[in-house]
Amino acid sequence: MSTHATTMPMAKREYTGWMAWLTTVDHKKIGVLYILTSTFFLFVGGLEALLMRTQLSAANLKVLNPDLYNQIFTMHGTTMVFLVVMPFLAGLGNYIVPLMIGARDMAYPRMNALGVWLLILGGLFMNVSFFVGGAPAAGWFGYAPLTSISYSTTTGIDYWILGLQMLGVSSISAAVNFVVTILWLRAPGMTMNRLPLFVWTTLVTAFLILFAMPSIAAALILLFFDRHFGTLFFNAAGGGDPLLWQHLFWFFGHPEVYIMILPAMGIVSEILPVFSRKPLFGYAAIAYSSVAIGFIGFTVWAHHMFAVGMPPAINAAFSLSSMIIAVPTAIKIFNWIATIWGGSVNLKTPMYFAIGFIALFVIGGLTGIFLAAVPVDFQLTDTYFVVGHLHYVLFGGSIFGIFAGIYYWFPKMTGKYLDEKKGLAHFWLQFIGMNFTFFPMHILGVLGMPRRIYTYAGDLGWDTINLVETAGAYLIGVAVLVFLWNVISSRKNGKPAPADPWDGDTLEWATTSPPPAHNFDNLPPVNSTRPLWDLKHGGAKASPGASGHVHLPNPSYWPFVLALGLTIVMFGLIYTPIIALVGLAIFVAGFAGWVAQPAG
Amino acid sequence: MRRSIRLKFIPTLFSILALGLLVVTGCSSNSPTWLTPASTNAAMVTNLFNLIFGVSVVVFVIVEVLLVYSVLRFRRKSNDEMPTQIHGNSRLEIAWTLAPAIVLVIVFAFTLQTLNAIEETPANALKVKVTGYQWWWAAEYPELGVTTASELHVPVNQAVSFTLESKDVIHSFWVPELGGKRDVVPGKVNTTWFRPTKVGTFYGQCAEFCGVAHANMRFAIIVETQEDFNKWVGDQKKDPAAPVSDLAKQGEQEFLKGICIACHTVNGTVAKGVAGPNLTHLSSRKTFAGGTIVLNKDNLKAWLKDPQALKPGNLMEAGKTIPRLTNAQINALAEYLSGLK
Repeated sequence: MSTHATTMPMAKREYTGWMAWLTTVDHKKIGVLYILTSTFFLFVGGLEALLMRTQLSAANLKVLNPDLYNQIFTMHGTTMVFLVVMPFLAGLGNYIVPLMIGARDMAYPRMNALGVWLLILGGLFMNVSFFVGGAPAAGWFGYAPLTSISYSTTTGIDYWILGLQMLGVSSISAAVNFVVTILWLRAPGMTMNRLPLFVWTTLVTAFLILFAMPSIAAALILLFFDRHFGTLFFNAAGGGDPLLWQHLFWFFGHPEVYIMILPAMGIVSEILPVFSRKPLFGYAAIAYSSVAIGFIGFTVWAHHMFAVGMPPAINAAFSLSSMIIAVPTAIKIFNWIATIWGGSVNLKTPMYFAIGFIALFVIGGLTGIFLAAVPVDFQLTDTYFVVGHLHYVLFGGSIFGIFAGIYYWFPKMTGKYLDEKKGLAHFWLQFIGMNFTFFPMHILGVLGMPRRIYTYAGDLGWDTINLVETAGAYLIGVAVLVFLWNVISSRKNGKPAPADPWDGDTLEWATTSPPPAHNFDNLPPVNSTRPLWDLKHGGAKASPGASGHVHLPNPSYWPFVLALGLTIVMFGLIYTPIIALVGLAIFVAGFAGWVAQPAG
Repeated sequence: MRRSIRLKFIPTLFSILALGLLVVTGCSSNSPTWLTPASTNAAMVTNLFNLIFGVSVVVFVIVEVLLVYSVLRFRRKSNDEMPTQIHGNSRLEIAWTLAPAIVLVIVFAFTLQTLNAIEETPANALKVKVTGYQWWWAAEYPELGVTTASELHVPVNQAVSFTLESKDVIHSFWVPELGGKRDVVPGKVNTTWFRPTKVGTFYGQCAEFCGVAHANMRFAIIVETQEDFNKWVGDQKKDPAAPVSDLAKQGEQEFLKGICIACHTVNGTVAKGVAGPNLTHLSSRKTFAGGTIVLNKDNLKAWLKDPQALKPGNLMEAGKTIPRLTNAQINALAEYLSGLK
């Protein structure tokens, strides 16, 4: 707590170089670690996507053998969900949310560090499986009983189970941190009704994680017991039920979709007003519709299971809830357009990506209605239509939102603008590539092509469309390389950015770019959702700076040690108890060191 | 100015895609698509799809036009522009809350109606018991005493009801032109039905990921006239003709003394295995290996030499689950199997 911390002595060790990163508890550095990790895995998952698209570019190809193809599509889904979209959003949240609410840091800096180390080690852990007998090959959804020891005999599924548990702990620790930070560390005057939308959606997302993650954690534990200790939770012959897995998985899995899209909606809701020079149209409606989506998001999970043979009345109920959730989404889209309407639209790269988000997400929303209509879903489920639908939501939606956020906040994080020309090249390549990749998938689905097949016959009329999709996918690959080039060159030689490069509304623009370790020298008063706008246009005055010394928490390597210990425990659970005991000892040492070390 | 040209590209792009859709669908008349339904149920679902498609196109056009128009129309012209600071409009917001709600209520009403219509199985339906295996389909007609694999015959204009069971993992039974999917779940007996309205051969494929050879778990439903169907049933009920040529006789001996009978059945012989497809009338079928390979003598030989090369992952693996066969054995077996009609 900063109030009494100022009286404590400054006995802080300073680290430099890579040790500074390994021991950091600064939310900004941790945010950057999240973003770099996600970028790395974006390339891993993207490479997997290109391998799949290459295999499918014509009928009966043999680029990948079926087992490898199955490993790759499993890891593509798992990677993109848990190691790309979620951590990208968590990273932007980590960096930006404390700044937006005028806080000095996240509430629990060391737990924050633990979250990112578990993410990095968990992600690497899961990918180790490729080199030690094969990656998991049962899909990111891991349906029982295909994941049982009888049908998945390699250690791939075990790496998947234990890796996901590590990522789950990472997500839950980050979620707790976001909830406490947002509820308790807001600047004076920042009531809930003045919370920036990105903060609102991050808060709702954190609650979704807290309620959804335990469901998959429990399911994964049951599965691990089934595989190794002879339990029969998902074994029909032994009295278990494979559908229990599906309910537990989708009770997590559908809220997970909102975990991945809500913060991106928050980013778009920040960018549109700034680049239209207008307040967000219907702030309350957008904020509360996010909360509504959060609640209704927990009542729709069985729409992933319409074809499993549930009674029609049950299917109808889940169909209804799935259609209801389209309403708060529609409200957002109309409010966003109304925000642009009558504004002064400054077409810079972040705005392009935000507009692209709306244009593409609409398609993902509309195709969702087809899938909510049970009889149509019977035809479309498990076809390429669903692959198209979900990529309009998660690529056209989440990824475009994330890129919007990166172009928007890069100047804040680095003090340099990303290059505008390269940014627009990135946008258009990605926009065109994405439509050529994913739009034809809807057609393929209607033409009868199932998902998750490594090959298909040449006489079914699917090959031309597949070839178009593959070309589109490579275009996306080029787009992302342009982005990488932009980041690297702009980081070095980019145009210097001032504190407030976009004429922003929210508090992160009230400090330098990049911000100092303690974030703010002084905070503007918060009297509306746009404190900085008020300052620039409404005559409000910045409060005098917090006088004197701001205390910062000690750097600590204990979170890393603890995460490392846990990783070794996971290896031990797969191979031998001795390794697990070694890991446990490191884990306990990390825990003890953490507890013994003064927080600062 | 250059930017406005770039943005105008958006609607153009979508028209190109839409045009592409039409061209491509026009070209792929041999795709197994329920856009050309061949059963009463599939037709109802296609109607519901068309309704939602119409609604979606309207909403899509409205939203994208509003979006692109507002961006172009309100583009910043000078840096000191100051637009009116509007925070919201309750009437508008209520309107665009109610409008989608009403549209969705209508869609839901039609969804319910269609769902009811397709879920009710008629009482006089022909019964077929379908069992999913990794990675092929078995079919049994309990009332007719017929068992086959991967190729089902049904009469036109007659309701057919399927009970679906799995022997291993979850599969999904799907013949797009005849009806939607129904999962095949171990420990659970699911049902589905349809009434085919067109004569023809319809492509089916497992739609739930079920392991290595999921892509190669295909099948066909042959809808034929009642007379043709009756003839097929008659043929299937007979035992296969005894092999005539020496080579075929030799093949029969190889078959019956070898490991084949552990998994395969040929009626009228000692072969009574049930783990693999029933081969009694193998050569009355057009394909084998889960509907993936055209059935002829050459392909049978290639299969017997190295099943993994033709369908990776299947349970027959030369040198492991089955012995490596000599060319003489392969020729004899292929001759015998080709005679099983």
